[in-house]
This record gives sequence, C-alpha cells and structure tokens, in this order.
Amino acid sequence: MKKLCCLMVLITLSVIVWAQKLSPVLGVADNRPEVYALTNASIVVNSETILKEATLVIQKGKIISVGKDAAIPSNAVVEDLNGKFIYPSFIDLYSQYGIDSKEVKSEGSYMSRPVWESKENGPFYWNDAIKPYNNAVNGFHVDNNSAKKIRNIGFGTVLTQKQDGIARGTSALVSLKNDDEEVVVIEGKAATGFSVLKGSSQMNYPNSLMGVVALLRQTMYDADWYKIQEDKSIYDESLEAIIGCIELPAIFEVRNKLELIRFSQIGKEFNQKYIFKGNGDEYQLADKVKETGNAIVLPLNFPKAPDVADPFESVMVPYEDLKHWELAPANPGILEKKDIEFAFTLDGLKDEKQFRKNLLKAIEYGLSKEEALKALTETPAKFLNVSDKLGTLENGKIASFLVTSGNYFDDDCIIYENWIQGEKYIVNDKNVNPLAGQYQLELSSGEKYKAEISGKTGSYSLKLLSGKKEIKGKIQVSENLVSIFYSEDQKWIRLSGWVTEDGFAGKGILPESKNITWTMNFEKKSNSDSKSKKKTNQEPKELGDVVYPFVAYGNLEQPEYKDVLIRNATVWTLENEGKIENADVLVRDGKIAEIGENLNTSDVFEIDATGLHLSPGIIDEHSHIGLDGVNEATHAVTSEVRMRDVLNPEDVAFYRQLSGGVTCAQLLHGSANPIGGQSVIVKFRWGATAEEMVLKNQVGFLKHALGENVKQSRMPSFIATRFPQSRMGVEQSIRDAYLRASEYKKKIDAGEKVRKDLQLDAIVDVLNEKSFMGIHSYVQSETNMIIKLAQEFGVKPHTLIHNTEGYKVADQMKESGAAGSLFADWWAFKFEVYDAIPYNAAMLSKHDILACIHSDNAELARRLNQEAAKAIKYGGLSEVEALKLVTLNPAKILHLDDRMGSIKVGKDADLVLWTDNPLSIYAKASKTFVDGIIYYDMERDKEKYEEIQKERSRIINKILAEKGGSSGKSTKEKSVTRLNEQFEYDDETSFDYNDQ
Amino acid sequence: MQNIIRIIFSGIFLLVINEGYGQVPAPSTTQEKGIVLLGATAHLGTGEVIENSAIAFENGKIVFVGKSADTDNFSGLEQIDVTGKHVYPALILLASQVGLGEIGAVRASQDRSETGTLNPSVRSIVAYNTDSEIIPVLRSNGVSLAQVRPSGGTISGSSSIVNLDAWNWEDAAIKTDEGIWLNWPSYYSISGRGNNRKIEKSKTYTEQVQKLTKLFTDAKAYDGEPVNSKLTSMKGLFDGNQTLYISTNYTKAIIESISFAKTMGVQNVVLSGADEDALMLSEFLKENDVSVILAHIHRNPKRKDSYTRKPFELAAEFKKAGIMTAVTYSGASGSMNLPFVAGQCVPYGLSKEEALQTITINAAKIAGIDDVTGSLEIGKDANIIVSEGDLLDIKTNKIIYSFISGRTLNLDNKHKRLYRKFSNKYGHQIVD
Repeated sequence: MKKLCCLMVLITLSVIVWAQKLSPVLGVADNRPEVYALTNASIVVNSETILKEATLVIQKGKIISVGKDAAIPSNAVVEDLNGKFIYPSFIDLYSQYGIDSKEVKSEGSYMSRPVWESKENGPFYWNDAIKPYNNAVNGFHVDNNSAKKIRNIGFGTVLTQKQDGIARGTSALVSLKNDDEEVVVIEGKAATGFSVLKGSSQMNYPNSLMGVVALLRQTMYDADWYKIQEDKSIYDESLEAIIGCIELPAIFEVRNKLELIRFSQIGKEFNQKYIFKGNGDEYQLADKVKETGNAIVLPLNFPKAPDVADPFESVMVPYEDLKHWELAPANPGILEKKDIEFAFTLDGLKDEKQFRKNLLKAIEYGLSKEEALKALTETPAKFLNVSDKLGTLENGKIASFLVTSGNYFDDDCIIYENWIQGEKYIVNDKNVNPLAGQYQLELSSGEKYKAEISGKTGSYSLKLLSGKKEIKGKIQVSENLVSIFYSEDQKWIRLSGWVTEDGFAGKGILPESKNITWTMNFEKKSNSDSKSKKKTNQEPKELGDVVYPFVAYGNLEQPEYKDVLIRNATVWTLENEGKIENADVLVRDGKIAEIGENLNTSDVFEIDATGLHLSPGIIDEHSHIGLDGVNEATHAVTSEVRMRDVLNPEDVAFYRQLSGGVTCAQLLHGSANPIGGQSVIVKFRWGATAEEMVLKNQVGFLKHALGENVKQSRMPSFIATRFPQSRMGVEQSIRDAYLRASEYKKKIDAGEKVRKDLQLDAIVDVLNEKSFMGIHSYVQSETNMIIKLAQEFGVKPHTLIHNTEGYKVADQMKESGAAGSLFADWWAFKFEVYDAIPYNAAMLSKHDILACIHSDNAELARRLNQEAAKAIKYGGLSEVEALKLVTLNPAKILHLDDRMGSIKVGKDADLVLWTDNPLSIYAKASKTFVDGIIYYDMERDKEKYEEIQKERSRIINKILAEKGGSSGKSTKEKSVTRLNEQFEYDDETSFDYNDQ
Repeated sequence: MQNIIRIIFSGIFLLVINEGYGQVPAPSTTQEKGIVLLGATAHLGTGEVIENSAIAFENGKIVFVGKSADTDNFSGLEQIDVTGKHVYPALILLASQVGLGEIGAVRASQDRSETGTLNPSVRSIVAYNTDSEIIPVLRSNGVSLAQVRPSGGTISGSSSIVNLDAWNWEDAAIKTDEGIWLNWPSYYSISGRGNNRKIEKSKTYTEQVQKLTKLFTDAKAYDGEPVNSKLTSMKGLFDGNQTLYISTNYTKAIIESISFAKTMGVQNVVLSGADEDALMLSEFLKENDVSVILAHIHRNPKRKDSYTRKPFELAAEFKKAGIMTAVTYSGASGSMNLPFVAGQCVPYGLSKEEALQTITINAAKIAGIDDVTGSLEIGKDANIIVSEGDLLDIKTNKIIYSFISGRTLNLDNKHKRLYRKFSNKYGHQIVD
C-alpha cells in the first residue's frame, strides 16, 4: 500500500513539473503552496463538455483536478463560485506582444533610391526580407500594460513574433502572466512565421508579389541544396535557421483569399502546410479555401459601414465593399459550415474591446458558440501541437482560465477573473453584486431624488430625477466603496460612502461646503432591464449572395454549359473558305462539332443568328490585365518571376473584354527589365478561379524587353542607376544571362548536381524550346540585335512585341522566323515610336511574316476587332486577313492554332456572335462563348447592371437603417472610401515603372 | 485596270514627294478656281443627306449645295467627279493639344502646360507648331480644324481655333483666345495606389475656390488700371466674347463649378470631359445652358460597377437630354481616330448623321465658329472632305480630297512616306 502511494506520487510528479525559479533568493524566500480550489462552478472543460457544480483544483499554475468529485487538498484556498462559469483562457496566434516592433516599418517608397545589396551584418542570406534567424524569444519581454488590456477580454496566451520580413524566424508561445520571462514563455520556438510583406528590408528586390513568390521559392530551394552539401563551402545562418525549424508549424500572413490559395500551392511545393493569417474575406471563395486543406487564423475586424447617405457620393463606394460590409460577419460561420479549421486573432482590431462585440456578431451571423469557443482555445492549441498544455481544462494542463458570470456568449456575461498560469487577475470584482435598479437618494439637507443606476459592473451610470428635472450623475462602485457626484444648476454635489444592506450610505459635501450625510436605498429593479436586447430568438440573418468573382458583374453561379446550335449566321471560319454566308455551327462538349448549312439536330439549344456574324474568339496576344503586379522592376534579369503566381481572376477587365469578344489572352510581365518574367495564357472564364482560368497545356513565353523602358529613360536620375542605361548595355545584360544559362544547362545535361536556380531555369527552358522568347522591341537597331543574339544561342527570336519598326527589318524577321505582335496605330507617345506607322501589320503580312495585333491596354482590348480593321485601311489587307490578325495569327504565335483561332471542327468553341461585320465600328458583340459557354450576353449585361443597382440600394438601405439607430453620430467622422474606379496598368504610356 | 492607274498614279506622286522627304507637306495655295464636287452622297452636317449631290465653292466659300441634277451652271468651275463617294464638312477636333507637343515622353518637345496655378493670360496659339508631323496624319483622316488648348494648373490659359494646313501659327489661326480653360479644384483627393486608392473630400478645396472667386471678382471689376495681363485676359468671359471651358468630373464639383461661373457672370460655359457623372446632372446642365465636350469615348466605364458599355452610350444620352454635345479624342497622336469615336456612338443610339454632327456642327457651335464652318451650307467656308466610303467606319474611311477654305490639301504624311519608302525596298505593291 505504501509502495502504491509512492508510485502514485511519482506518477503525479512525472506528469506535472512545477515551474521553478532559478534566480538566487534575495531577502527572505516566499515560496507558497499556491493551491486553489474553485468549487460549485460550471466548468467548461472544452467546447463540448460543461461540468455543473464542479470543482477546479490548481497547484502552482497547473490544473491538478477537475470534476464534481475532485478532491480538495487540505492546504487549498477554497472559493465557492456559486455557479459562475469557468472557461479556458483564450489563445491568440498572431501577436507582437512583448516584442519591440518600432523598427518594423512599412515597405519602402517606390520612388526611393534603390538599395541593391544587403544591409544586415552577419552571414545571412543575400536578401534582407529573409529573416529566419530572428527568434522572437530572444527579444521578448513581459509588458504588463499591454498584457492587461487583452487579459481583460479573456486572453491568456499568445503566440508572439517579430512581424518583419517574408521569412520571419520563430515565434514564442507566451502567457500573459506578469512574471519572469522564464516562467511566462511556454514554448520558446513554437512556430515559424512567413508573410507576403517584405517588412523593414530596404532592398528593392522584391518589389512585386510575384517577386516575393520567387524569392521564397528560391530560398526554400537553397535551403534544400544547402542541407545536402557535404563540404559546405559557405556558412549561411539564414539557411541554417530554416533547416533547423522546418518541422515547426508555420504561420503565413496573407492579405486576401487569393494570396491564401496561391501560397497554399507554393507551400505544397515544399511540403509545407501553412497556417494562414487570413483576412476575413475567405467566405468569398470558401470552397476553394477548403480545397487547399490549410487552416486559418482569422481576424475579427469587420469593416465599418461606408458613408452612403448622400446619393452623389454613395455611387463612389465600390459594390464589393458594400457586399463585404454585409457579409464579413458571416465569414466565420460560413467557414465553419465548410468545415475549415480556424482560430481567432485580435490582429487587425483597432480597439480590443471590439473583439467580444464582433465575436457575438459572428455568432449572430451563423457561427456556433461551440466553434467560437474552439477557435479561441482548442483549435489554436492544436495548431501549435500544444494540446497537452493548453486549450482545455484538464489535469496537468496550464491553469489559464476565466471566471465569468455565466455563459460567455450571452450578451450580459461579465468576465470576473482571468487566471493565468495559476495567477489570478481580477477583471471585474465578482463580489460586487449587480447594482442596476431604482433607488431613493436622500440627503440630510433635505433633497430627495429618484435615482436610477444602469449599466453593468465596472461601468455604471447614474440618472437622478428631481421633480421633472433629469440630472446625469457619475457613480463609481467597488466591493465596499461608492462615490457619486452630480451637479444641479452648475453646483457640484459630491458624495462618498460605503455599501450597506439596503444600498449605500455616507458623507458628502454640498457646494457651499456644508457637510451632510446621505443614504441611497434600493427600491426595485429597473424597467429598462427587461429591455436588454433579446437576441435569443436567433433567426438566420437575411444576407445577400456571394458572387463569383466577388466584384460587380460577378456570377451567382458558374455559367452553365450546354450544347448549342448557332443557326444561319455569316460564319467567319478564317479557314480556306474565309467566311460562309447563312451557315450553322454546332457546338458539342465545348468543341466545334459541325459547320454547314441547315444542320440536322433536334436535341440541342438553338440560337437564331440570322443577320448576325459569327467569328472565332479574339485572342489578345499581349495583355496585362488580371495581375496583382505587372513588373518586378528591380534587377535587370528577373526571369524567375511568373505571372501565374499573381493572376487575379477578379479583375472586371476580363468581363469587359468579353463584351468586346476577347476569349483568351497572354498575360505578360511588364517591360521594366531586359529579361522580365514568365507569361501565362488564360481563357476568360469569368467567375472561375485563377487556376481554372489558366489554359491547360500551354507552352511558356519569357518576356524580354529592349529600349527606353529598360534603360529607365524616364526615371529620375537618382533611380536610373541600374545597368543597363543604353541599348549597348541591354544587349550585354541579355547576352550575359544567356551565357550563364548555357553554362548551367551544360552542367544539368551532364548530370551534375547543381544548385537549382529559378532565374536560369526559365532561360534554360527557352534554350530547350519549352518556352519561347517574347521581346518587347521598337527600333530597328535593337530588333536586329536581338534577332542575331537569339540566333547565336540557337533559339528563335520568337515574338517581337510591339515591333513598331518591324517594317524596317522585315527581311531579317522573315529569315529568322520571328513573328510580330503589334500596335495597330499607336505612335509618337515616346521617342522610340516616332517612326511607328499603321501600315506595319499589312506590310509584315505581305512579307509573309506572321503578325498579330495586340492590345497592351485594358480598354483597347475591348475593340481589337476595330484595331484589326485598321489593317484594311492602312495597307489594304482583305477583311479575312485583317480579322486573322486578332484570332488565328495570335493563336499561331501562342502555339494554340491546333485548338483555337478559327472556326473549324474540333477546335474549342470560343466564339463571338456580332451584330454586324466584326470589322465594322458598328458591330457589337452580342454573345461571347468560351468553351461553348456563354460568358457574355449583351441583353443579360443590361440586366446585370440593373441587378447591381438593386443590390446596392438594398445594402445602402440596410446601412442607413443600422446607422439611423445611432442618431447620426457619424457625421463628424471623415468619410474615406476606396476608390470605385478600376486601376488600369499601362506598360507603355504610364511612365510610372512600378506595378500597382 | 484601276489598280494599274493607281500604281502609275502613286509612282508619279512618289517622284514629286521624294524631293521633300522628311518634311511635312507644304501648305496649299489659295483657291483660285472654283470647284464643284459632283455625284457624291453629301452629308451636310445639318442632319440632311443629299444623294447624287453637287457641292460648289469659290474663293474659299461654299456657293452651292444641292442635287447635281438641279443645276448645270458649273461653267468655269473645275468639276470633280466623286460619284459613289461621300462628302462631309471638315472635322473639328476640340480640346486638343495638337501642335503643342510632338512626342509624349520627350519633355523637351512638350509645350502643353505652364507652371503655376492661375495663368489666364497664357496663350496656346503662340506655341502652336504648324510643322508637327502629327498634323498631316490627322488631316489624312479628315480632321481639318482643331481647338488648341493649354493644360495644367487651375486656370491653364486660353485656347485658339486653328486650321491644320498652315505655314505658321498666325496663318493657322481662325479664332484666337476664344476660350479660357479652368481645371476646377479637386473636390476630392485621392491617395494610395492601384486598386486600393482611397478617396476623401479635399482639405484644400475651399481655399482654392476662394482664390478663384477673388480672381474672377477682380477681373470683372478691372478697368485697365494698373496694368495686369491676367485680369485683362479674362475680360471676354463677362461680355460673351470668350467661353469658359471647365474640366471637372465628379457630380458635386460639376454643380459647384457651373454655379460658380454663373455667379461670376460668365456668359458661355462649356463642360469639358463630361462623363457618367455629368450625365447624372443632365437637368442641371440643361437648366444652365451648358454644352458638353464628352470625355474620351474609347475608355473603360468610369466605375467598376458602371454599365459595361456606358461610355459608348453617353453621346446619345446627352443628346436625348437636349444638351449640345461634341465628341473629341484624347491624345494628339491618336486623334486621326476622331471619326471612329463618333462612329462608335452609332450602334449605341445616335444616327450616323447625328454622330457626324458631334464632330462637325456641334463642335463648331461650342467653339463659336458655326457661322463660318461645321456644315455644308452656302456662305460658309469651304472646309470639306471627301471619303471613298463611310467616313465614320475604319474600314471604309479613306479621305481622297480635303479642302480648307477651298484650298486643296496635300494628304501626304510621315506614315505614308515611310510606307512607300519601305514598300519600295521590298517591292510591295502600294495600296493607298
């Protein structure tokens, strides 16, 4: 028996290890047992279990027993909680608590002097945005003032990190106890942190999101490479740190749902399953967020209602901001229904008091209370693999818990205490009874008032009635003390006193310095108490629908595909016959199935196209729409960046261009660098995700650029310092990159193990003809140069972009097999296009050079059919040849002519139905099909516009109804709204180099 | 056969041209002999269309407009058979900066705007460069007259109307300093970049309006003492000799600016750059008798949730609201496309003749030159163009004759010169 006892003690000891201070005793030691038993409580053990009338016993900061029959040690301080509730304290996974964050500034201004090299001292990675060597625990200090603020709203533990850089190093899990750091830190390296923001780095690279992706990927590849180096020729502390912490949970800060999905994919490349610090917009793509399988740390900062009272100004509020205002509080509930795992964070809340208000709002909008609690306790503990220590109230876990008046999620619940690691912090004195009610105040000088106390513990207010006059007073009450003051006719009456059985009593001073005594006795509960909001009958909120994408003209659901027969159109096949009058085109399974007269089909949906023209979908060979950033305008060679990493399917430009018959486009990097980035070709599947818009089986294109933009011709001289500054240097930049890539390729081909170099990989793809050169070039000298340079490296100068002086070097182009992707008639907007002529397209075509006309401009793309017609006017191309300039020819240039570009059996049903000859200024696209699906319909477009207006009105009315309640206090607030105008990047006529 | 003639013709043309390669063509000489254009479809600019027409002009003025069958009294006139072709009034490009800048990105070639905020005395006409290579390109597509305006600051200066075939700016001027250009102070200020730009009420707005109020009040009261070119230059605004062109594009600012002009006693007010917001105020514009020059038509809708094709509908909607409306083109080097932005309005509510008016008679009315040009009417200057086909459609627009005050223009330009030069190098047939 004795043995058994010993064993039990041993077991207990082995499970619970008490915190022990290592510092020498100064003065007299004060080591106390610190055993507390809280009895008769409703203990919320976890989100599913509540123990009524139970006892929680803790010792030295740990829970030692929980339950109805928990044994109370004889040395315990016992407190009867009278049915009050105990919850686990909350955990915030995205905090900078106790970290000096002063030096972390926002991104450097784009107009500042470029910094090319690292400014950090130490054997660190070359880029200052990569800071994996930062360990939050090193600089962490307890900050009781900040701790108190969030303790008071229920938090007990936070994951804290220096939020600086793309790779941020490790974060520490710390409690909010006011004690030595050695006690407070629960896990020194609990997780690692990443972000899309480069933070305090002054280096110019990366200055775009795609650059961030490239840098992160290259860093991870370098870490892999570094790890397997047997004979390390270099020592890199950053890579060491990454390798050392690769197993830790990784929290990744993103700015929106699109970035979440993107970086989820990047994570998969390196077997990293990030926990994303989200933004509250995840509901807008909930299914796709679910598909990623990633967990999210969610902020609760719902948007403020925009100012919409004035109709002239309410039009300036973007539709998606109105929608988001309405739907943001529903985000947590929607994610719960989709079974996406999430925890909450205080991050993003300007005032932490907003936290509870917003949490309750989220519940009102559909989040279950169980999930809400979980997201504050169990889930964050699980994310960090510390469920054995935190998150629930179970034996052996850290004694961090809340004592509340009742169910935390009830409106009138009061937090009394927040115990952290066994230390009690009083938030509101639980021994002060609720005081709200009606009283009778009597002064010994004779005055009598009806008094009403309203509010709740910690914030009471007082109203006095003297005859018909209503006086506002102030009252402060603690467990034993009370003080009241009020003024009557500018004369202040000050009372101070104590709590009695019946209410209060005490002494006071009247304005004329006369001493009095007073009593204020309770009479009855306030009537107004019953007014306290009844939110118990929770009807589901009536909310607008989520549209895809989440902008104006988004779809309620994906447009449906059905086989279709287009009857009796003038069909511009652009094959041998050119065009056929009165023909039918049958679409089956998204492909063109049959072309002919009076086709016999009865089972398909028919469109009568009598009097209409049917053309292939327009292919825009050169576009910059739908991109979150167009230029990585830093290094001269940035072939490592990929446009597909920043594809943004929410750009209304896709929809607008569908209205001009565009069905497919190549989205390119801008022209800031001799070698820019890798293009992506997309189909205009409006409403689909970025991934779904990307055309399957496409070849690659790598952007090169020559001339004025690359030379930084229009940059201020303090910025224009990069090599190259002349066309001579441009040639050298490109030649050098190709030489390096050739050497690298040789090693790879020889089977050597090389460090993976994303920049050179992109050029090796060109050398291997997996990818092709797209070369932004204008004047004849540079055009000729790049033709010869390409040939020297054994590749084709595949597409000469803009190519305004193509007509001057037509012989060279023809000999090299280069194609020209042209402006129809842009000229004289800068010096290198002073010799641009609108005859160019016709001249190249006549010289048997493959030529197309591109947009390079979001607006012009809507009228590429008109741009094509200019080749008829200038140079006399036939109508069929002219139309090919924006259909079949770009398809050929993009290696897509086997499936697009003309109306031919077997090709994709990317079609446009026009009201007139498509080359006429009078033609309107009536319907635009992509893969046989109608993505644009002229009639439907008008309806959509009306629907948008209705939806705007509905939400505006709702905002006004809500604001109306708060008696117009918003008039003083400054009205700032996001500009409701689409940003249009223009690579050519904007002289601001930077991406948006 | 026609092709052979064409080749021979262009060959002869070449010989003539080769001498002057690298120069804009010399301006044409004064009309000496009367001309009659016979057999074309005449689009008068008044809305009227005459099939098989005769348009005659002598000494620079139109002397006959009618059916060719109506009279045969064209003796002594040079008869040009333009059967099957189309005749139009010459096109007028409003609110342009042609001749004030050659190459957008080359600062040294730019004379479009002056520094400072209140520059009413700055005159665009003195910087207008008749030798700009851009000018003959515009002429080749039918644009023969332009309003040349300064930009920049709050009051940019004065505009003048020029003809696009002249030796120098004096020669070019049709009407000088006819308008003062006011960029109304920004009612809102915009900060940030990309799609996260923010808009809020401008903090300096009121102060700027006060400065303007003082300037206009002082100008109105000014009697010539002491010498002040700024105040002198504005006098015409108050007696109706000058028009105030206001550029601003948010509803509240439009209301404020027009109310300001009226309060100050400005007689003629035109809203330049009118867009979706101006349309919201059509009743207000009508009530105040304000004409509009539309914002560029080939642009995306103003707001992300505006109707997809809204810019194309604006001309028709302003017309429907009874507002005098002109269409123009933004950017000098692209302005050869002026007829096509007018054409763009046709499938969106204007008839072809109405669309033509937005770049002819309406523009003339707004610029105050409708007494001399803007339509094919007897007594007006013989500013006439002849197109092979429909002027407003790209694929048929082909100007074969252009007359300014009866002078026959040389329609060659830099583009055609380079086209011929290199087509000859490759032995391509020239289609022109």
